[in-house]
Amino acid sequence: MSDIKQLKDIAAQVRRDIVRMVFGPTSGHPGGPLGCADFLTALYFDILRIDPKNFSMEGKGEDLFFLSNGHLSAGWYSILARRGYFPIKELATFRLINSRLQGHPATADNLPGIRFASGSLGQGLSVACGAALAKKLQGDNHLIYTLHGDGELQEGQIWEAALFAVARKLDNIIATVDYNNVQIDGTLDEVVTLGDLHAKWQAFGWHVMKMEGNDMEDVLRVMKQAKLETGKGKPVVILMHTEMGKGVDFMMGSSRWHGRAPNAEEFALAMAQLPETIGDY
Amino acid sequence: MKKYINSGNKDTRSGFGEGLYELGKTNPRVVALCADLTDSLKMGKFIQEHPQRFFQTGIAEANMMGVAAGLASGGAIPFAGTFAVFATGRVYDQVRQSIAYSNKNVKIAASHAGLTLGEDGATHQMLEDIGLMKMLPNMTVVVPCDFNQTKAATIAAAQWEGPVYLRFGRPKVPNFTPEDQVFEIGKAQILTDGSDVTIFAIGHLVWKALEAAETLAREGISAEVINLHTIKPLDTEAILKSVAKTRAVVTAEEHMMNGGMGDSIAQLLSRFNPTPMEIIAVNDTFGESGKPEELLVKYGLDAPHIVESVKKVIARKAL
Repeated sequence: MSDIKQLKDIAAQVRRDIVRMVFGPTSGHPGGPLGCADFLTALYFDILRIDPKNFSMEGKGEDLFFLSNGHLSAGWYSILARRGYFPIKELATFRLINSRLQGHPATADNLPGIRFASGSLGQGLSVACGAALAKKLQGDNHLIYTLHGDGELQEGQIWEAALFAVARKLDNIIATVDYNNVQIDGTLDEVVTLGDLHAKWQAFGWHVMKMEGNDMEDVLRVMKQAKLETGKGKPVVILMHTEMGKGVDFMMGSSRWHGRAPNAEEFALAMAQLPETIGDY
Repeated sequence: MKKYINSGNKDTRSGFGEGLYELGKTNPRVVALCADLTDSLKMGKFIQEHPQRFFQTGIAEANMMGVAAGLASGGAIPFAGTFAVFATGRVYDQVRQSIAYSNKNVKIAASHAGLTLGEDGATHQMLEDIGLMKMLPNMTVVVPCDFNQTKAATIAAAQWEGPVYLRFGRPKVPNFTPEDQVFEIGKAQILTDGSDVTIFAIGHLVWKALEAAETLAREGISAEVINLHTIKPLDTEAILKSVAKTRAVVTAEEHMMNGGMGDSIAQLLSRFNPTPMEIIAVNDTFGESGKPEELLVKYGLDAPHIVESVKKVIARKAL
């Protein structure tokens, strides 16, 4: 699908889903997924070569996506449901007892679309490296995509994996960093600065790209360009600028909305800003 | 009493290396990873034969566990090898989330476990790994007792669906189980039949338990020695059956008492058949440098201590 209007409508609905899902159990993380809604929409509705109706754990003959920053679960679940992995109405069970939609993604209840648990940060790039090796062993030229938080890059394991991916020439990986500059305790610079992130990835040997993550046209353009950069001996990383909480004015750019649900009044304000486009769950 | 013959001392880590080499020939899904310790884990033959199925991760164990999980997710059967201390404590969260909770078919090959690592001292003498691993849902925990059995257990681990923690060690120890054995995960191995006491042992201490049983036999005490090589899932049927007969238990392991094999048996017996019991293990202390045999004596993990504990527990049974 490359109809921009359709993609924007889906992303708008996903944003509305996220806030409704977090409001339901009065628990969850709205800020991150609101910022990544455009990226996840473009990825699942345009970029990934996938077969949602025939989900398999191994994913042979498909592109794979790993969400390393598992607290973006509300956004990922909304995308997966709207893409056809499981019934849209199941979104109403997010974070509730006996739900397959755990607070952070999990495989235990066989929710289609999910291949790894995530939530404890820093592990997704290593998993992606293993999946990329498996693809190469099998002669499968499909790609491995990941999403990471910028704060997540403070985890040492990320840089272990960054070294490994280059050493093993895993040029079938496209990693994306949600570079919104906000983490729980404040801005990146207030917590532990990442310094020149572009130079760091470059020094590790990655092909580094930039993307405006809240501009659907730019997301599509850069993601397609990133595909063309695969198979050239280097893994690819995209530094994706986004605004945390994008779409709800009072949630934007503030670490306050990393992991907090709106109250009834805030919810009403948010709903007024988030139009229903393709239908609520 | 059935006699066991030592066919010559060999290290269990070499048994792992042989098992991996065998799997390389027979199972194309098997791949291996190592964090800069290929020689210590005797992975050389596999690597030489199948360089494209081996992945050196460097000194980055957290990444190695994640990469192994990713490979498993793609349908491979990865054996990720390093020292027990780095295979568990250092990477507990990676093993917990990416392997156990995600239920990936990863085999964690943990060498140099226990005090018998020897001279390297307490930093490397892992004594908490069985506890850490057995607490994880989905994880299977296997501790074979000699070279031949470690080879067989490695092969069995590849056939077992799901995460496995396979623990072995560094020193050359008696090799007494059959070369052609088929290893059954989860099935306790009764080595000697006895009526007065059951000695459950694992790893290097199984041979010590057999030595102790011989000494006891000469004194008229009949010991049933069971190699409880699978700590999880526990062979509860075999344990309860033996204990119902002997009504006295001694356990022996090269591990911390808290969280070890004896602890698993104590839990089982306290619920289903409370029985006098002695637990031979390291009791809430770190190890130290020394020769393996010296360490086993100093920390009370040798045959004379097993004999002493058997007598103690039999005396309690009579009360």
